[in-house]
Amino acid sequence: MKAFLILEDGHVFAGRQIGSNREVVSEIVFNTSMTGYLEVLTDPSYSGQAVVMTYPLIGNYGICYEDMESVKPWIDGFIVRELSRIPSNFRSEDTIQNFLKENDIPGICGIDTRSLTKILREKGTMNGMITTDEHYQIEEVLKKLKTYSTKDEVSKVTCQEKYILHGKGPKVALLDLGAKHNIAHSLHKRGCEVTVYPSFTSAEEILQSRPDGIMLSNGPGDPKACLSIIQEIRKLYESNLPIFAICLGHQLMALAVGADTYRLKYGHRGGNHPVKDLETGRVYITAQNHGYAVDPKSLSPDVAVPVFQNVNDGTNEGLRYTKKPVFTVQFHPEACPGPQDCGYLFDKFLTIMEGERHA
Amino acid sequence: MPKNPEIKKVLVIGSGPIVIGQAAEFDYAGTQACRSLREEGIEVVLLNSNPATIMTDKDIADKVYIEPLTVEVVEQLILKEKPDSVLPTLGGQAGLNLAMELEERGFLEKTGVRLIGTTAKTIKRAEDRLEFKSAMEKIHEPVAASLVVETLEEGIAFANQIGYPVVLRPAYTLGGSGGGIAHNQPELEEILANGLRLSRVGQVLVERCIAGWKEIEYEVMRDQAGNVITICNMENIDPVGVHTGDSIVVAPSQTLGDKEYQMLRTSALNIISELAITGGCNVQFALHPTSFEYCVIEVNPRVSRSSALASKATGYPIAKVAAKIAIGYHLDEITNAITGQTMASFEPMLDYCVVKMPRLPFDKFISAKRTLTTQMKATGEVMSISDSFEGGLMKAIRSLEQHVDSLLSYDFSHLDKEMLRKQLEVVDDRRIWVIAEAIRKGISYDEIYEITRIDRWFIDKIAILVEMEQALQREELTFELLKEAKRMEFPDHVIARLTGRREEEIRKLRREHGIFAAYKMVDTCAAEFAAQTPYYYSVFGSENEAIPDHTRKKVLVLGSGPIRIGQGIEFDFCSVHCTWAFSKEGYETIIINNNPETVSTDFDIADRLYFEPLTPEDVENVVNLEKPDGAVVQFGGQTAIKLTEALMKMGVPILGTSAENVDAAEDRELFDQILEQCQIPRPKGDTVYTVEEAKAVAHRLGYPVLVRPSYVLGGQGMQIAIHDKDVEEFIGIINRIAQDHPILVDKYLQGKEIEVDAVCDGEDILIPGIMEHIERAGIHSGDSISVYPAQSISEGVKATIEEYTRRLARSLHVIGLINIQFIAVGEEVYVIEVNPRSSRTVPYISKVTGIPIVPLATKVILGQKIRELGYTPGLQKEADYVAIKMPVFSFEKIRDADISLGPEMKSTGECLGIAKSFHEALYKAFLGAGICLPRYKNMIITVRDEDKEEAVEIAKRFEALGYNIFATKGTARALMEADVQVRMTRKLEQESPNILDLILGHQIDLVIDTPSQGVEHSHDGFVIRRNAIETGVNVLTAIDTARALVNSLENTDQKELTLVNIAEVS
Repeated sequence: MKAFLILEDGHVFAGRQIGSNREVVSEIVFNTSMTGYLEVLTDPSYSGQAVVMTYPLIGNYGICYEDMESVKPWIDGFIVRELSRIPSNFRSEDTIQNFLKENDIPGICGIDTRSLTKILREKGTMNGMITTDEHYQIEEVLKKLKTYSTKDEVSKVTCQEKYILHGKGPKVALLDLGAKHNIAHSLHKRGCEVTVYPSFTSAEEILQSRPDGIMLSNGPGDPKACLSIIQEIRKLYESNLPIFAICLGHQLMALAVGADTYRLKYGHRGGNHPVKDLETGRVYITAQNHGYAVDPKSLSPDVAVPVFQNVNDGTNEGLRYTKKPVFTVQFHPEACPGPQDCGYLFDKFLTIMEGERHA
Repeated sequence: MPKNPEIKKVLVIGSGPIVIGQAAEFDYAGTQACRSLREEGIEVVLLNSNPATIMTDKDIADKVYIEPLTVEVVEQLILKEKPDSVLPTLGGQAGLNLAMELEERGFLEKTGVRLIGTTAKTIKRAEDRLEFKSAMEKIHEPVAASLVVETLEEGIAFANQIGYPVVLRPAYTLGGSGGGIAHNQPELEEILANGLRLSRVGQVLVERCIAGWKEIEYEVMRDQAGNVITICNMENIDPVGVHTGDSIVVAPSQTLGDKEYQMLRTSALNIISELAITGGCNVQFALHPTSFEYCVIEVNPRVSRSSALASKATGYPIAKVAAKIAIGYHLDEITNAITGQTMASFEPMLDYCVVKMPRLPFDKFISAKRTLTTQMKATGEVMSISDSFEGGLMKAIRSLEQHVDSLLSYDFSHLDKEMLRKQLEVVDDRRIWVIAEAIRKGISYDEIYEITRIDRWFIDKIAILVEMEQALQREELTFELLKEAKRMEFPDHVIARLTGRREEEIRKLRREHGIFAAYKMVDTCAAEFAAQTPYYYSVFGSENEAIPDHTRKKVLVLGSGPIRIGQGIEFDFCSVHCTWAFSKEGYETIIINNNPETVSTDFDIADRLYFEPLTPEDVENVVNLEKPDGAVVQFGGQTAIKLTEALMKMGVPILGTSAENVDAAEDRELFDQILEQCQIPRPKGDTVYTVEEAKAVAHRLGYPVLVRPSYVLGGQGMQIAIHDKDVEEFIGIINRIAQDHPILVDKYLQGKEIEVDAVCDGEDILIPGIMEHIERAGIHSGDSISVYPAQSISEGVKATIEEYTRRLARSLHVIGLINIQFIAVGEEVYVIEVNPRSSRTVPYISKVTGIPIVPLATKVILGQKIRELGYTPGLQKEADYVAIKMPVFSFEKIRDADISLGPEMKSTGECLGIAKSFHEALYKAFLGAGICLPRYKNMIITVRDEDKEEAVEIAKRFEALGYNIFATKGTARALMEADVQVRMTRKLEQESPNILDLILGHQIDLVIDTPSQGVEHSHDGFVIRRNAIETGVNVLTAIDTARALVNSLENTDQKELTLVNIAEVS
């Protein structure tokens, strides 16, 4: 069946329908990862967004359920150049075609994804619609696209009840703002006992369980929309407990201490972003997925100092809080998909927790 | 850290002559590195024995030494030039080996010269089998388990420990004889017992068998701060068992999930960190197809063929960055030259699919086995880029220039299912065609996979192409079908063939439906950032990003495609220099080429690079977009020449010599007329079409005669016939290689072969110098030792050659370059071949005369006159130096290839010997070619009857040098009669010990074996020569080469060689 991708600026791409044939309006973003499409599909941070994969051949190794980064795909739509006709990998349990259908994810294939990416690069992230209706009325569609905006995405994607991954090491409270599985896994495989809390959990409840450290996860949407969570995070900050935060968690922590965040033109989404550790001079290749960034100028050095910086565009990629055992990063040390080079940060978090416990 | 201020003068070591496994990629890497160092204000001294390269141009480095790559020469050069550092990682294995030797001899320490780019420790840990194994064990990276055993029991115990199947490799046997794969204990017992018996030292290596696993490569980089990045990963379609240089390779990997991709990426980065490599490194993995188990196969601690491919596949200039890292920069301090706005410390992201295919030399070595193994056989490769794998494969196939344009090109349709299953087991260069036929016959993916171990994903892609063939054959050609066929890169003429239409109709249909090629950028970042110096690839049905610039005059330069025997790196040298010359004259330059190893496909050579096949249709697509003001074809070898007619049809003016005149030189009758007009003699001959006609001509001329197809490349299909039987056989072979041109039969003249390259502006000519071949006529000019200035011809002959060159250039209306080959018999001069284009000898003669003939020819093409350019027309004054070009062969790499020299070219590369005296130059040339004598002072002579007289003289001279001479009966008798001390050895068919045992005894330095002319009906000579080559013995098959060698050995008493900076030669 024919399908169309209509952009807010009036561009129309004609291709073929994949997955669900439901019509969808969403924010269109691009991801440059060459592998890891299932991880992208199931990363809750993409809630409220339809993703264009810049790599043209998708679905080659099929679907392996254990690679899912959450219980289901969250993205609004999937936009690709070509879906592989057959999957080929020893772990593959399903085809991507079925997976999209079963999970009711609409999508489009057979379009010039590079041309689309260039539009998003030049004009910035914008809204779009995927439809199979050949008789769409462009004026109406554009009106709809202009008025669309994401809602409270975090509450949509967070777990509804707390749960525990048992371990013998430090006790970590993980605030699930849309967490990828591998954050909990990365802590758990290092021996931590991880308690995953829904995003609406109060700071008091978390602190009552006397964790050794708190982990703030990644998540979707505009950080400034998470007003109540920011208030709770402020309380966690005041607790003096070690805190490690990733992506949205990093942004919310910054907002909690009075800093500002801003929207990037087209964000960073992919597995090749160089990030410099400003204290050691080392450069790491990181996995990233964010559309907002912390403005480091809005932070007093008394509160926090930038410790990581993006080598490409100089944006802030991480902060060390000067008076608290708190450090936060914009990128994704849990990888999945993407480079595993910064997995050492979890070790660092463990060391800090050990240190605080003995102090 | 910024650049190290202590590094001011660097010696860069090149890789020497082109051989299989070490080819043009190092010219690309070395050239990029030299330019990268010089832009940092560092003085560069270059050492490379290969004169055909761009890197040995005097403009590339401050000082250029085209001298043999031996440790003595490097030491002497270091003492002379006093560099503070040596950069050895850009010269392939040759460079690394020299660095190790320098270190081991304590020379670097003694002179205080530092090794940059790597350390001796790093090289050792990566290259030494045991040290590498222990380094990998230290960081828990798995290597295939192996053990050297001396008893059956040891072997059984070890196999039980590591699991079957196991590979068995007996130590010190020829070509791996006695080895094999054991799948169970009975098989192991049988093979191992046999292997232990055959091995001279009674040892067999038992190794975990990883054949059939996926072969995956990662190109990684590291700087001195320890920052590590991956440039690219690549997946070999052919699983482990076929050398990656002979495999079809795709980038990025296609069948790996993120878990596998990241697992191997992390492993590669751990390895480069542990080995503390600074610069580029290639890590090869074997990945089990149904688990996460993997092994590290090999690490190359330097730039390599794979890194050249990775550079071109991603746009990331690995060699340039590696050079910057070597002088101290960190990755985040180096700008990404493609985007111009991001830094080198990132990982390229591809938004397209790259397919590399090897160019194998089986068209040259007809007797050779086509089987592909772990020994590389390819002489070159092609790369294609598309947004689908299908498109990439189709483009790569037609880039090969091997008469293949689709998956129908090798016909296996006569095989039934059972025979196809057998054929699938054969691992050779036609395997994907066999798979296509298997799919046509309905053999299942699973079955094909079980036999070939090629991943089902690739099999499905081949099936998609087969289905398209069938749709085109069976269905009506709708707009949708045509569009889809073009998206998969089916050429118009293939669509025409399958649909039973004419190519012109298909083209018209496309035009009507608006199906055009569009061009996309290679920008390293999947469009995330805008790019400054991108290059392009075509796709159908997409937005065009290559917006042509029409502000300047524009010239199209056609490249020369994959490196093959007969068309090597020298044509890339010419294309690049022509591009630079046009650029200097204010032109916008456009290159089309598909060879990832070369300088011409580097991102900053031409204003625009199109990475495309060199077929008329692909070129026309670029022409339609760019609308160039003209095209140059005379620098790109036969590849470009063959496109002349097509370009004219497209309405593109051919700059320089016109197409009619190119044709006139190739067309026998026209050419005869011209020779007659010019009153120039040529060996008598005629044009024929059939065997009967050929025999009649041969009888009229008298044997021996030269038989060859009229359009030739490197003497392809050319043979000397001494009787009717030869004629019958040759013409049979010629017609088998799809010959649509007539066949030439000429009288074979035995005289001195002379060659000139000249520039002609339509009136005047400029001959930089006359080259003389050491081997007499009958051996291909590319395989002959070439001497400049000619040593043994009279002034009269020189004057005749000059005059004939002038006459020919004028009557062919040559504007630009012309190459002519002559035979001088006494004072008589005959013309044997004229090529109105650049030739193999152009880089060599340019360098040794100091006359930049490609730029001169380019200016002449643009209308300038030789006199205006500051030159006096005619033959130029001879240089003070003697320069000798020595051919270099790769025979040991191609099993069953006949090594005897003849009219068909067989060499893969060349090196130079330059000195004030002929003797020293010759000595250097042999040294550069790796002929380093004496070792044991034992040699074998076995020559044909015609050569016996000359063999006596040569044998006497070897004897005087202290050589023990062995000879077979006939030769021995002739030598004895002339009082040469000689030991007779039994012939091959006689009982042991015979001549073969002598060779296999590893005590022989040299074999002089001149085969009888014509088809060799005896198998003996062939077996002897093959065995000698595979045992590492030097073999000479021409009596003239033997004389030159003994001459050189007689003059090796000089302790010190004189080292010549090529920039000072003029």
